[in-house]
Amino acid sequence: MTTDTDTRVATGPAAPAEPAAAGQIIRPYGDTTGDGMVQLSFSLPVPAGKRAEAAALSLAGQMGLDPASVVHAKAIGPDFTFFIVYGRANHLIDYGSIPVPAGREYPLLTAKEVNLAIRTALNRRLVVVGACIGTDAHTVGIDAILNVKGFAGEKGLEYYREIQVVNMGAQVDVDELVARATAENADAVLVSQVVTQRNAHLHNAKQMAAAFHDAHPAGSARRPLLVVGGPRFDTVRPEDLGVDRIFGRGTTPAEVASYLVHALLPGRSPQ
Amino acid sequence: MKDVKGVAGANGISDTTDGPIGPPKLDLDPAVVRKARLLAARAADPIIELARTHTTVSVERALLRLAGLSGADGEGIPWVNRLTDAVAGQVGLEHGVALPVWDALLAGPHRDLAALAAAATRGEVRFQIPAGGAATAAERAARAAARAGIARIDARRAERDRLLGEVGDPPQPWIYLIVATGDIYEDIPQAQAAAREGADIIAVIRSTGQSLLDYVPEGPTREGYAGTYATQDNFRLMRAALDEVSRELGRYVRLTNYASGLCMPEIATLAGLERLDMMLNDCMYGIIFRDINPRRTFIDQRFSRQIHARAGITINTGEDNYLTTADAVDAAHTVVVSQLLNERFAREAGLADRQLGLGHAFEINPAIPDSFRLELAHAQLVRELFPAAPLKYMPPTKHMTGNIFAGYLLDAFFNLAGVMTGQSIILIGMMTEGIHTPWLSDRDLALENVRYVRDACGRLAEDFVPRPGGLIAERARRVLAESVELLERICDESLLTAIAAGTFGVTRRPPDGGKGLSGVVRRADGYVNPAIDILESEDPHAAHAGGDHGPTGHTEEVPA
Repeated sequence: MTTDTDTRVATGPAAPAEPAAAGQIIRPYGDTTGDGMVQLSFSLPVPAGKRAEAAALSLAGQMGLDPASVVHAKAIGPDFTFFIVYGRANHLIDYGSIPVPAGREYPLLTAKEVNLAIRTALNRRLVVVGACIGTDAHTVGIDAILNVKGFAGEKGLEYYREIQVVNMGAQVDVDELVARATAENADAVLVSQVVTQRNAHLHNAKQMAAAFHDAHPAGSARRPLLVVGGPRFDTVRPEDLGVDRIFGRGTTPAEVASYLVHALLPGRSPQ
Repeated sequence: MKDVKGVAGANGISDTTDGPIGPPKLDLDPAVVRKARLLAARAADPIIELARTHTTVSVERALLRLAGLSGADGEGIPWVNRLTDAVAGQVGLEHGVALPVWDALLAGPHRDLAALAAAATRGEVRFQIPAGGAATAAERAARAAARAGIARIDARRAERDRLLGEVGDPPQPWIYLIVATGDIYEDIPQAQAAAREGADIIAVIRSTGQSLLDYVPEGPTREGYAGTYATQDNFRLMRAALDEVSRELGRYVRLTNYASGLCMPEIATLAGLERLDMMLNDCMYGIIFRDINPRRTFIDQRFSRQIHARAGITINTGEDNYLTTADAVDAAHTVVVSQLLNERFAREAGLADRQLGLGHAFEINPAIPDSFRLELAHAQLVRELFPAAPLKYMPPTKHMTGNIFAGYLLDAFFNLAGVMTGQSIILIGMMTEGIHTPWLSDRDLALENVRYVRDACGRLAEDFVPRPGGLIAERARRVLAESVELLERICDESLLTAIAAGTFGVTRRPPDGGKGLSGVVRRADGYVNPAIDILESEDPHAAHAGGDHGPTGHTEEVPA
């Protein structure tokens, strides 16, 4: 099934209404407009040879590459073959129909920018208290965010000179956490919950939030920003738990640090 | 090439010219090098004294493991933890576990340590610190048990020497590859495949956070976070699988794991008992990157290195990590300082220079001018400072981006620097670093990269002679001078203070902060630990001094 670009522009149901957007139908660009050329590489679990190359071409064809050519095939051990394939993609992109992504509501800052924002706005270090609460002994999440070692190639919050990190570790009592946060004059409290048996993560997070709201009734001293993280919070909203922010799987320390600057130091994030 | 023949004189500069390391090229001032070593020794002294006068829960548990206690209770808590905690709770650990445990064992009716541990866990054992004849008897029994464990480690070392002779030792640089699926039964075929693809060393990355567990998990494990738990069973299974593939390939494939964390002494012991060949063992990594208490780390480190020395295990230090947090140019001297400290602590613990896989890395921002020349300067400096050490050179990570094509080029330059400066262990850089754990094809392409560079360069290191007074020689001299300055400062204010001030890895770690401090105990006058007695009173390499194989030779004296 080959679709010509021009035909699609004239008749495609997704064609943008504005005439100016007519040129918004795009294809990959190799060295000529509209050539649709792409490259890809992959391995197949079969011995190298003519039959393996035919299999690679079959995959390329099913992926919409026509014509396609195997430019490189190499055995990786007796049972695998690695391929590099070039081909013409037959898919079209109606660029006009691609919405501009919402993005996060705050810019992602470098460690330097975070430090500068804190130094400028607070004139002291920003205090973060972190813990795994309840019976959860899985500190992997909180450690990934807080430990210098960090996560996904990013250093944790301990690495930020202007952030003072208190990592209370695992199985921390909610009362203990509230007391420590008060004693440290915490700006933010980070709680990680990995164990989800019988919705323990939701229960624990609500209990934690309630304790902080009790300790800081409206009008009293400033309540620390409440942040929870874990792989299974995707079914709830922050307001369901009584916290300020939920982070999910794959969150990096920089995202958390940038959020803290955004939420605690309004107007301080460099745009 | 069975062995590195570089011999270091008392000043630490190679005085041979025919080894693979080649003649010195940087014209370093021997007096400055000697001064750096003396300063490192002085900075290390109070720490060594601390380790000599204290014990930790993990040192005590390691003795029990040497004595043959393994297994766990129904909750998965190892018996060594249960027994140590019971002793600590009743009589404290300041005398060590040896006296109260073997006193209780001799008193009966427990048939062995496991039965005693089970009874102690049920609260059925009353421990005491024996005196007089009872103390002598308990100490004798404990010593026999420790002796048996050390004899098992000796036997595993002899077995390694035999295998190296039988199947052959691959030439350096050794290619170091990582597997890390979380499931030991998945790791095994991957490790064997990696060995067939060209790996000389297989490292099994541990589950994230194992370093913070104050116990060693038991049994073969099939679940981990971004790595596989270090357990005695996992060690044994992987070593057996690599023995099999070593025979198939006609070269001995080494196995590496990690001794860092709260259980350094125990994991080192298990590594010795299961014939691992290399262990990550850094004097400060746990402190800086895992927030483990500095005292705990230094005390645990000393015992773990005494075990490594005896087991013929090569340690790998973690200086490369500093450059992932600090700038690789500004902090180059902190790498050298840490290497000198690691060397000092290692030699004091009985490790031979052949066992010092000191770490460093290719992490200079490729956007800065002359970055490759600076990398060469740093790599050659380390090579000349530690001529007999099997240096471990780590590939770029910080400046690897999603642009895999640029990453492949950067890895090629890393391989080139490694070949030009005679590095011993080369961790293979992956162009998909930071994107995902390496695919089969990533590993294959990475090996193709290193093979090309190695074959294309041949003995290029011989022709690489930096111009006297040129940028490379001057840069090396400057890094060495900055290292001496930093060591002087550390000597003035103490190493613990320097660590607290954020000298290494830009991270502040106070001596009383961090995890595991509660497991540190000052030794009482009557402290007994027969394992430490044996390890300290005997030459760890005595039985192997004549061996041709493996990192067993020790040609250099410990400086005063």
